[in-house]
Amino acid sequence: MASETTTGLPYADRFAAIAATLPGQSVPWLRELREDSFARFAQLGLPTPRVEQWKYTNLHPLTKAGFEPAVVNGQGRGQIKALQPLSSLLPAEEPAHRLVFVNGLFRRDLSEIGALPEGVRLDGLGEALASEAESLAPMLGRAVRSGDNALLALNTALMADGCILRIGRGVSIDAPIHLVFVGAAEETALAFHPRNLIVAERDSRAVIFESHVASNGGVYWSNPVTEVTVEDGAEIQHYKFQDESLDAFHIALTEVEIGERGRYHSFVMTSGGRLSRQEIRAVLDGKGAECRLTGGYLARGKQHVDNTTEIVHAKPHTTSKEVYKGVLDEQGRAVFQGKIIVEKDAQKSDGHQLNRTLLLSDRAEIDTKPELEIYADDVKCSHGATAGELEESALFYLRARGIDETAARRMLIEAFLGDLGEDLASATVKAALQRRVSNWLAAI
Amino acid sequence: MLEVKNLHVTVDGQPILKGLDLSVGAGEVHAIMGPNGSGKSTLAYVLAGREGYEVTEGSILYQGRDLLDLSPEERARDGIFLAFQYPVEIPGVGTNSFLKTAVNAVRKHRGERELDAMEFMKLMREKRDLLGVNEEMLRRSLNVGFSGGEKKRTEILQMALLDPKLAVLDETDSGLDIDALKIVAEGVNALRSPDRAMVLITHYQRLLNYIVPDKVHVLAAGCIAKSGGKELAHQLEKEGYGDLAGKTGAAA
Repeated sequence: MASETTTGLPYADRFAAIAATLPGQSVPWLRELREDSFARFAQLGLPTPRVEQWKYTNLHPLTKAGFEPAVVNGQGRGQIKALQPLSSLLPAEEPAHRLVFVNGLFRRDLSEIGALPEGVRLDGLGEALASEAESLAPMLGRAVRSGDNALLALNTALMADGCILRIGRGVSIDAPIHLVFVGAAEETALAFHPRNLIVAERDSRAVIFESHVASNGGVYWSNPVTEVTVEDGAEIQHYKFQDESLDAFHIALTEVEIGERGRYHSFVMTSGGRLSRQEIRAVLDGKGAECRLTGGYLARGKQHVDNTTEIVHAKPHTTSKEVYKGVLDEQGRAVFQGKIIVEKDAQKSDGHQLNRTLLLSDRAEIDTKPELEIYADDVKCSHGATAGELEESALFYLRARGIDETAARRMLIEAFLGDLGEDLASATVKAALQRRVSNWLAAI
Repeated sequence: MLEVKNLHVTVDGQPILKGLDLSVGAGEVHAIMGPNGSGKSTLAYVLAGREGYEVTEGSILYQGRDLLDLSPEERARDGIFLAFQYPVEIPGVGTNSFLKTAVNAVRKHRGERELDAMEFMKLMREKRDLLGVNEEMLRRSLNVGFSGGEKKRTEILQMALLDPKLAVLDETDSGLDIDALKIVAEGVNALRSPDRAMVLITHYQRLLNYIVPDKVHVLAAGCIAKSGGKELAHQLEKEGYGDLAGKTGAAA
């Protein structure tokens, strides 16, 4: 019981028993890593609003749900038999290497990995942890910097599965890699902690789609951590659609390290989940490295959506561009925290950040916090944040042309979000974004 | 067509129109002139149904029906068109798709079949040439990056597409050079017809050299201070509004 009060996680006191069944327990360094990480989590506990980075997102509801681990003795709870058509998935006809995870566990039977170029390793992480942990040692934790992140520590302690993707030097993967995470809760609220490791070696390229969906409603908590290493000259496009159950919790952390001339483009669209957070921390760690973070969020009812980002310009001539836009209706609440750090050596760097939110109800709320920390003297950095309602003059103009109020509102909201898709290189994702927006607008 | 009786309107609690009477018949073109702040634009917005313009007294009948119960979109579909003094820029809404949506909303209301993309393009081409609006403009976001003249020409193009019964043109001449003014006036003149009424709101007589009205009214301090034929406009041009505005002010 003592651990319950300090960590806030109901099953924490059974960690030792649960850990014994996790993959890779026979590997000393891995066992030790899990134990240390759990001790770290037990010490920190779930972050409260007193922790600066969690000021606007209160995780207290997590402690009330009575979560049970989704993986017991290597077996997943909450099974699904087939990947039924889930509206939010990318079109099935889109050629892709598809990896399906149910409650965090890789399901080879539901997955479809096509022929991959030589030098590419794409698989479930759980088996790899069990059978070849040594080869993962240099990858695991490579991009993770934060020692004080309780949920990252918890993920490391309890990770059971996830995706491992290693793209060899100079290799381009043409078809996108589609990671489908399905939440399938039963009567019991389930928690899972997927861990994804992505390494793009020098001058390699890949496109990654990530879908987070629910096979039915239900309470579950997904706590994924994704480590991405983009080596010199490599390029990763990473598109994520979070469409979890409206009762679900989704707290995700993506850590990215980008080498010289490397490019990492991320797009995150959030419309699901009762309480969600997507944190991205990127380090531009080589001359000429580039990072683009784009995000959209749609929330209504009592949904809470948090986007927290930190971009570190560590080397000269690095660029970052960040645009987050969202629409909040009813009592929807959003948080945007965007930190840009330009280190002393990162001269001639460019960092631009923009957050815009449209509030459709006077009970909707956005907390937006841009933070620039600049230690170099020759840089170009800017940030902007706006929040507002639909413009009455524009609404009247459309209505004065015979367009009814609802249609006029939809047109203006679509227009507001329209430029989110502009910079996206993938037509598939553009179309998926458009569908997501029109589905959401249909309920207005 | 339009019967306005003893119209009183307040904006933010401030009385702006104070007993305005106006009667416009089908096929007629009326000019409403007046100094700044006399309530010209308020009249335009009240006719179009903008929120925040509160009618405290009086009535507006349009084709024999009470207009005040109708939403802006219902009025538009019933044939009322307001050409805005300041057309609103709406980034992200394509001009073409906006126009198609508007045309089809109006057609649907009239019991006409909605136009598909091809049919709409054809209609658009016909009307566009009349006003010298080029195709490239229509591909841009609505009114975004349009010059003053382009905005006004697009307003008249919208009017041509929507084929209204009552068109209210609010300061359509403002900000136009003489060439643009001629194009806009030609467009408006081409739309004059026996079953369409027009109300031209303007500060200057200049527009009326190109669009000759049947009647001219002077709006001052919230009501019609004087009405007459087209010669009234010339008189105002020479003598200014000073006298009329003063008289009404004293009377009120």
